[in-house]
Amino acid sequence: MEIVVCIKQVPGTTEVKVDEKGNLIRDGIDSKMNPYDLYAVETALKIKEEQGAKVKVITMGPPQSETVIREAFMMGADDGYLLTDRKFAGADVLATAYALAQGVEKGGKPQLIICGKQTTDGDTAQVGPEMAEYLGIPHVANVKKIVELKEDSIVVEIDMPNTLETVEVQYPCLITVEKGIFQPRLPSYKLKKATKDKGIAYLSLKDLNDQDEKQYGNSGSPTQVERIFPPEANTDHEKWTGGGKELGEKMFVKLSELKFV
Amino acid sequence: MAGIIVNQGRITDIEGAIKLCPFNAIEDNNGVVEINAACKLCMICVKKGPEGAFVFQEDEKIEIDKSKWTGVAVYVDHLEGEIHPVTLELIGKAKELAAKINHPVYAVFIGKEVKDKAEELLHYGVDEVFVYDNPELKDFRIEPYTAAFEDFIEKVQPSIVLVGATTLGRSLAPRVAARFKTGLTADCTILDVKENTDLVQIRPAFGGNIMAQIITPNHRPQFATVRYKIFNAPEKIDTFDGKITLCELPQERFESKINVLKIKQKELEENISDAEVIIVAGRGIKKEKDLEMINELAHALGAQVAVTRPLIEAGWGDPRKQIGLSGRTVRPKLIITCGVSGAVQFKAGMLNSEYIFAINEDPSAPIFDVAHYGIVGDIYEVIPSLLEKIKSI
Ligand SMILES: Cc1cc2nc3c(=O)[nH]c(=O)nc-3n(C[C@H](O)[C@H](O)[C@H](O)COP(=O)(O)OP(=O)(O)OC[C@H]3O[C@@H](n4cnc5c(N)ncnc54)[C@H](O)[C@@H]3O)c2cc1C
Ligand SMILES: Nc1ncnc2c1ncn2[C@@H]1O[C@H](COP(=O)(O)O)[C@@H](O)[C@H]1O
Repeated sequence: MEIVVCIKQVPGTTEVKVDEKGNLIRDGIDSKMNPYDLYAVETALKIKEEQGAKVKVITMGPPQSETVIREAFMMGADDGYLLTDRKFAGADVLATAYALAQGVEKGGKPQLIICGKQTTDGDTAQVGPEMAEYLGIPHVANVKKIVELKEDSIVVEIDMPNTLETVEVQYPCLITVEKGIFQPRLPSYKLKKATKDKGIAYLSLKDLNDQDEKQYGNSGSPTQVERIFPPEANTDHEKWTGGGKELGEKMFVKLSELKFV
Repeated sequence: MAGIIVNQGRITDIEGAIKLCPFNAIEDNNGVVEINAACKLCMICVKKGPEGAFVFQEDEKIEIDKSKWTGVAVYVDHLEGEIHPVTLELIGKAKELAAKINHPVYAVFIGKEVKDKAEELLHYGVDEVFVYDNPELKDFRIEPYTAAFEDFIEKVQPSIVLVGATTLGRSLAPRVAARFKTGLTADCTILDVKENTDLVQIRPAFGGNIMAQIITPNHRPQFATVRYKIFNAPEKIDTFDGKITLCELPQERFESKINVLKIKQKELEENISDAEVIIVAGRGIKKEKDLEMINELAHALGAQVAVTRPLIEAGWGDPRKQIGLSGRTVRPKLIITCGVSGAVQFKAGMLNSEYIFAINEDPSAPIFDVAHYGIVGDIYEVIPSLLEKIKSI
């Protein structure tokens, strides 16, 4: 069987800030694999160990995102695809999901696609379900446990707010996995050496089935950022002094203002 | 294609030009400055770069007829007919938005045996509830739910669709939005609407401490998800003039590749990591019995109680309630620390709380470095006074 895992490179810390005029400032450019995607990679590798599978990873991003594919190789992934093209830049959820779906189709017909629960930069948890829609396959989000692997289906446990649901989904399908489904393994030095020169398939717009520029990047994004600005809350640092009674009353007024009482 | 155009002639300092971009999207390709795939179209290079060096080129816009899309619709999130309160909060916001553009408020209610629960929504001012009630919709399975939602949108053509960012909503909304190839903005914290019916969606972005204002100018419907407890639920009214419309779907639209085998109720255990309001007791608490005051405050604010390590060591608290480096990390909307000094190990576990109130009698306590509201005073005076005020309402 063939499994595709979607992984993304994200900033190492939340060092992106914005100045008063609404301009982004960023110090380091430390990047890493989206931590949630490590669980997705691990899930695929566990399935591979259990019953044999070919694990492919795919990422859309600038050329330097190659690093996360190498990292997945060091964990045990078999193949890597990097979707990279200037024309993919500025993509919102829809355009990202579309490009990824196109990329997945290009790489064959996987039975199972695994996404992380969310990214730490986009933080929408929506790319997975939108991809599934584009691929015309069912999806199940918030998978907490793999219960059983069957011939043409997978049985998983999903984490709902008040319940745990066990559901069976027929292949091909897409799942998004929760943090903690398995403990992600560390990259292995042996694999690092063994995969040092392993090829990564670069896919640009002209390699995809749909080459209409209007579907990708900023052009293919229905949502547009009108402006960015620093958050208002949290910048206050007030210190109040006075008698205990008075201070308690002042707290009450502030808590009411903030709608906590 | 929309993007940044580079006018090479206007760039004298290539090194400087590259540094303009916080996302490393400007490259030097043998003396030719290029924009790579990392570009987020944040426009910094356009604004801060040499005049005319970086220019934003827009696409030709295909204007859509926005007047064909009317109404602000809310997806009714529920568990076996029991309506999730986020739904009411969204109805409250939908009414506000709808009033500005003179649109009706709709609700779409999908499930099994939900017909009778629909009337409740009318009491909150919904103009029309569209109900898809079918045994096939008993459990949440993505294909049938998407099919019903799709049918609703085709029939009603709402301009705006609001969905609660619950586990279910976060799975369903993107699926439906993608089916209509339209925009979806997740976890909005502020919503407004322009005269031309464009939804103004504000949310934290780029993983950092930044807010982005997002619009969906050329697509309808406009989808947004919002978390629970962001907006306020409207008052319940006795009389109403909204109506309920029952909708049918052909049986084959309910087909699914998903089979729900088992549903198990979870044991609901309190977890401070999930708490939205937390009161922390520190060593400023003199006796174990004095924790009663803290509990009372927590009760009044619907909060959970957490503690610092010395209290755990004293045996006054459950280790699962410890915040900090060797305890849990929390990110509540409100945290009130009472008699906590603010050691680095403690602060590490709560720095990202939205509102931090700290009560400490020592004006130089380090907790005041992170507190948004520092109350320099004695907890044994401040808390009783606060409690008295809360009780008086
Ligand atoms: C490796 C390591 C890990 C640790 N991990 C954690 C951790 O996870 N969580 C944790 O909490 N600690 C942790 N600690 C301990 C931490 O360093 C501090 O010792 C601890 O947080 C202090 O708790 P406190 O603020 O309640 O007490 P104190 O530091 O004693 O502070 C009490 C404060 O209360 C004030 N006060 C006293 N009376 C009153 C009054 N009547 N009214 C108002 N204010 C009053 C005082 O001015 C003082 O600032 C860790 C330490 C180490 C070395
Ligand atoms: N650019 C990308 N490349 C590959 N996978 C992605 C990308 N963006 C998002 N994903 C996948 O979609 C999941 C959810 O992302 P998000 O919707 O951004 O929170 C991630 O955990 C990844 O598995």
